[in-house]
Amino acid sequence: MATRGFSSGRRPPADGDARIPPGQYLEQGFPVLSAGPTPRVRTEDWSFTLKHGPRPIKKWNWAEFNALPLTKMTRDIHCVTAWTKFDTAWQGVLVDDILADAGIEPPTAYTLALAFDGYTTNVPTKDLTDGKAMVALLYEGEPIIADHGGPARLLVPHLYFWKSAKWVNGLQFTTRDEPGFWELRGYHIYGDPWREQRYTDDP
Amino acid sequence: MSDAATARSPWQAASIVRIEKRTPRVTSFFVQPSRPFAYRAGQHVDVRLTAPDGYQARRSYSIASAPDNDGVVELAIEKLDDGEVSPFFHEVAAAGDEIELRGPLGGHFVWPDDDGGPLLLIGGGSGVVPLMSMVRHRAARKSTVPVALVFSARIWDEVIFRDELIALDDRGDGFDLTLTLTREAARRPSDYSRRVDVTMVAQVMARLPGPPSLAFICGSNAFVSAAAQALIDAGVPAGEIRTERYGV
Ligand SMILES: Cc1cc2nc3c(=O)[nH]c(=O)nc-3n(C[C@H](O)[C@H](O)[C@H](O)COP(=O)(O)OP(=O)(O)OC[C@H]3O[C@@H](n4cnc5c(N)ncnc54)[C@H](O)[C@@H]3O)c2cc1C
Repeated sequence: MATRGFSSGRRPPADGDARIPPGQYLEQGFPVLSAGPTPRVRTEDWSFTLKHGPRPIKKWNWAEFNALPLTKMTRDIHCVTAWTKFDTAWQGVLVDDILADAGIEPPTAYTLALAFDGYTTNVPTKDLTDGKAMVALLYEGEPIIADHGGPARLLVPHLYFWKSAKWVNGLQFTTRDEPGFWELRGYHIYGDPWREQRYTDDP
Repeated sequence: MSDAATARSPWQAASIVRIEKRTPRVTSFFVQPSRPFAYRAGQHVDVRLTAPDGYQARRSYSIASAPDNDGVVELAIEKLDDGEVSPFFHEVAAAGDEIELRGPLGGHFVWPDDDGGPLLLIGGGSGVVPLMSMVRHRAARKSTVPVALVFSARIWDEVIFRDELIALDDRGDGFDLTLTLTREAARRPSDYSRRVDVTMVAQVMARLPGPPSLAFICGSNAFVSAAAQALIDAGVPAGEIRTERYGV
């Protein structure tokens, strides 16, 4: 159904079309969205914990975490509020390298990302491994600002961006797929932008 | 929470039944969804416009009306001159037109009156819209929950819902309105003429019968960041503050 009188849309550039998932538009800026105030986490107070259920497997402080292998990832990101941003450049520690440093294989099929402000989001473990995701420490070569989730945020670029938890402070392996913060509040359990899985009832 | 998680919200046609200019830059569009839905104060809808060649633009708009009314949804849209969707509403849309919408959406920035209070609401510009739904919901339910609303606008004539808000304030039933104008002098004794800051927040909170159990802040990203900091500095625990950011 065409909307009467709506024609002068801002179409994506022809060459960028294939990179923009359905219902998204191209954004040059980097909008900020979050459920509450921006926590200011000092690197002195920062830590990252790997857990299996309630049981901690390994914990790193900022210096220890920064000593892990750093990987670059330049990816398009897709926010559920309908903007897509091309070629965002991150550096951080691959989830694979976190697991390797802890000396474990993923113990369960599901993972809950945990954050300093109590935020959680669930991701199947296989969406975090094999180079698909990292805990990012730098954006465009600079420390990540607090509004964008610094000092460290999860980066799972192939899913809608709410899965890339800001102010991340841990990953918890779970036996079941436990809905996180937004997933309990009407957002899709998986969140694939190419299948437009925005809200709970999207297929 | 579970109702939001199981609610179905496919795209549907909705017709614009009435248009009302609120301020020079903000106009309300009253839309009748073809399948009316229940919603909670603070929720939003997604709106979708389709060009003849199939190109679609979608944006989110908060619901200004109270959930207690007849199913017509009020959207109050601010015109951004170089925007894509808001100028369409202001310059092209007419009563009788159909648009598409999907909702209700969002399960965090919501206040059903049985969540109680006291409540501290802070809105900047069109960020007052979801707070207006909460204030209207409170009035419709004849709730006595103490609510303080701080509404920041540039000038007196850009105070959206001004007459309605002042009338609610005048009732003296536990709803307390503070207007703060950033580019004009204050007009009412309890008003301010500066940006929201910690002193203002502390003074408004002191008029509530007790510390707020929940605070809702909505507006541009810069406004929300500054207001959230003012609340934290005034002693509101971060975990009690909920924010909705309209982007840039
Ligand atoms: C949950 C939620 C609720 C909201 N509720 C409301 C509400 O109740 N009322 C309200 O008025 N708004 C609301 N908004 C904001 C709304 O969704 C839109 O962002 C707003 O109306 C602007 O849309 P637009 O298409 O007119 O502007 P856009 O086209 O999105 O542009 C926004 C600004 O960015 C610039 N811009 C972006 N891209 C380009 C480009 N390619 N070229 C040039 N300039 C560009 C423009 O300068 C413009 O000023 C809400 C947002 C959210 C997330």
